[in-house]
Amino acid sequence: MFEQMHQIINIGGWFETIINWLMDNLGPFFNAIREGVNSVLSVLNNILLFPHPLIMIAIFTALAWWLAKRGIGIFTLIGMLLIYYMGFWDVTMDTLALVITSVVIALVIGVPIGIWSSKNEMVERIVRPILDFMQTLPAFVYLIPAVLFFQLGAVPGVIATLIFSLPPVVRLTNLGIRQVPVEIKEAAISFGSTPSQMLFKAELPVAMPTIMAGVNQTIMLALSMVVIAGMIGAGGLGNEVLKGITQLKIGLGFESGISIVILAIFLDRVTQALAANSGPER
Amino acid sequence: MNVIEVKNLFKIFGEHPNRAFPLLEQGKSKAEILEKTGNTVAINNANFFVKKQEVFVIMGLSGSGKSTVIRCLNRLIEPTRGEVLIDEFDIVKMSREDILQTRRKKMSMVFQHFALLPQRTILGNAEYGLEISGVEEEERRQKAMEALDQVGLQGYEHQFPSELSGGMQQRVGLARALANDPEVLLMDEAFSALDPLIRNQMQDELLELQARMNKTIVFITHDLDEALKLGDRICIMKDGAVVQTGTPEEILTEPADDYVKAFVQNVDRTKVITASSIMRKATMVTLPKDGPNVAIRRMEQAGISAIYAIDSERYFKGIIRIDDAVKLSRSKTDDLSSITFDGVYTTTPDTPIGNLLGWAIESSYPMAVQDETGKLLGIVDRSAIMAEVNNNFDEEDMPVTLKEWEANGSELTEQEG
Repeated sequence: MFEQMHQIINIGGWFETIINWLMDNLGPFFNAIREGVNSVLSVLNNILLFPHPLIMIAIFTALAWWLAKRGIGIFTLIGMLLIYYMGFWDVTMDTLALVITSVVIALVIGVPIGIWSSKNEMVERIVRPILDFMQTLPAFVYLIPAVLFFQLGAVPGVIATLIFSLPPVVRLTNLGIRQVPVEIKEAAISFGSTPSQMLFKAELPVAMPTIMAGVNQTIMLALSMVVIAGMIGAGGLGNEVLKGITQLKIGLGFESGISIVILAIFLDRVTQALAANSGPER
Repeated sequence: MNVIEVKNLFKIFGEHPNRAFPLLEQGKSKAEILEKTGNTVAINNANFFVKKQEVFVIMGLSGSGKSTVIRCLNRLIEPTRGEVLIDEFDIVKMSREDILQTRRKKMSMVFQHFALLPQRTILGNAEYGLEISGVEEEERRQKAMEALDQVGLQGYEHQFPSELSGGMQQRVGLARALANDPEVLLMDEAFSALDPLIRNQMQDELLELQARMNKTIVFITHDLDEALKLGDRICIMKDGAVVQTGTPEEILTEPADDYVKAFVQNVDRTKVITASSIMRKATMVTLPKDGPNVAIRRMEQAGISAIYAIDSERYFKGIIRIDDAVKLSRSKTDDLSSITFDGVYTTTPDTPIGNLLGWAIESSYPMAVQDETGKLLGIVDRSAIMAEVNNNFDEEDMPVTLKEWEANGSELTEQEG
């Protein structure tokens, strides 16, 4: 009985067919994406690894101190030195490059979609279930097709991270713009703003703290995806954690785990401070 | 000249606005139409005009359609039917570009909750309108500063809206609207969110500003006192329809229906009714033509003890008291001007009767009403002021004599017993 039902509604089969068709027909397209993402990744990697680690640590510390608070600066200094002396500096920078790349792509795609769905009910109705789908579908389910399309390496890692971390920035951009008080929108219109003037001079600035909260969430989700991306050869800290698990090197797993946490706290506090700064005054 | 003319304006919210029109023609109520068609009638055939440089107040309770009306004037809300003429151009038929230009150059709006941009400084807010019309930075900065000066906000340019009190924030709203130097100011419950003392102060300042700038102002309010204070003319709305349009005095003295009557019942009439509306014609003698005997005869005919003397061009010269006139007549002289008494009180036609009350009680002669050049327009006597003040009261609030009170009181005790 169950088998019969399965044969009538064979979603899995359809999914496979679609994947195969995409691979056969859109190969060059996926190749182009792979090349593009790869070059961005390697440029970023080179930038992050170009100066001596101690210089980079000084830069990160200064950034944290300046954007957030002195405490965060001190934490960054100690944490990053720890990473450096544990010997994880290079892999941490790999991970950072992967996170930055994914987040930048997520913002480039996510913010406009968020804006569009805030303006158009139809778009919102279509986008919402897709976002739910992206957030709840187990990562392994799209990890394999990602490898099929983009081969092993960091690029499918970026794509998988992107799928997982895109929703918050879309949702919070949408929410932020919808929450702009009606009177402010009316004021912008009543002074003769065009729709784009209204968006860029009134709506986006007012919505900015909410949008930045979405950016922060996107970064956090991207980091949490890093370990899983390590399974498909994305490299970085995820790879080290994986090694620790598969080879029963408990110490290695713990050390790389700590490195991820330090990186996460650094990124979280700095982006939160950015979100607070984007609000009115202070 | 009329700056704004609204003709047969309808706004119906809902999926199928046209279904509401046949029912409106049958005279069905708002509630009935909502029930039958699911449409809300926000404006029902509104007609009014706003004259150049007047303060036109649209007053009504919440749900009366007043906020919808003001939003139709700059097309923040699209009218369903009708015409809105701004300087004789129908804004309903304007192209997008023309509407943008009208909003940028002709009319600015001030909002109930200020609607300032929180991430911009006070100066940044004030220059918003100029910025989006593409005015050069230096010029718009200068104009914004001038506007901030006008509303008394110099020195606050670099603060943020959240650092200012409500009254100050609304000044920024006003400065933002003035910076474009528009012909028309639309003020949507601009002072309603402020506490009463600040509101009063802002009303005074608006009147002061208006005396200097002579803008055409459309002011929305639900507060009758505010309407009477600010309005040159007032338009009262109910359920989306205009019930009455007129000067504050017309609204108070000739309410169009029971709705308006109920509204104006609690108003302090003494602050609104002016001398001109209760003055009556004076019995007069003209100097130097008339002599004492004419004066005496006229006083006897009218049964009064003093007569008002004017010259041939109606300039008020003083009063002539009957005993002085009799003395003069006995001494066989003709010159009345030697006995004119100038200790009589005078006032202007625009003075509210509340201001006259104290003097009227003190003075033994009716007060003379003069225009600003000094011509006699009429007189106001004590009894007329009293009658007008008393008009205000319900019968049960009227004072009673002790006798009446005892009669009433004894009835009560009897009933209780």
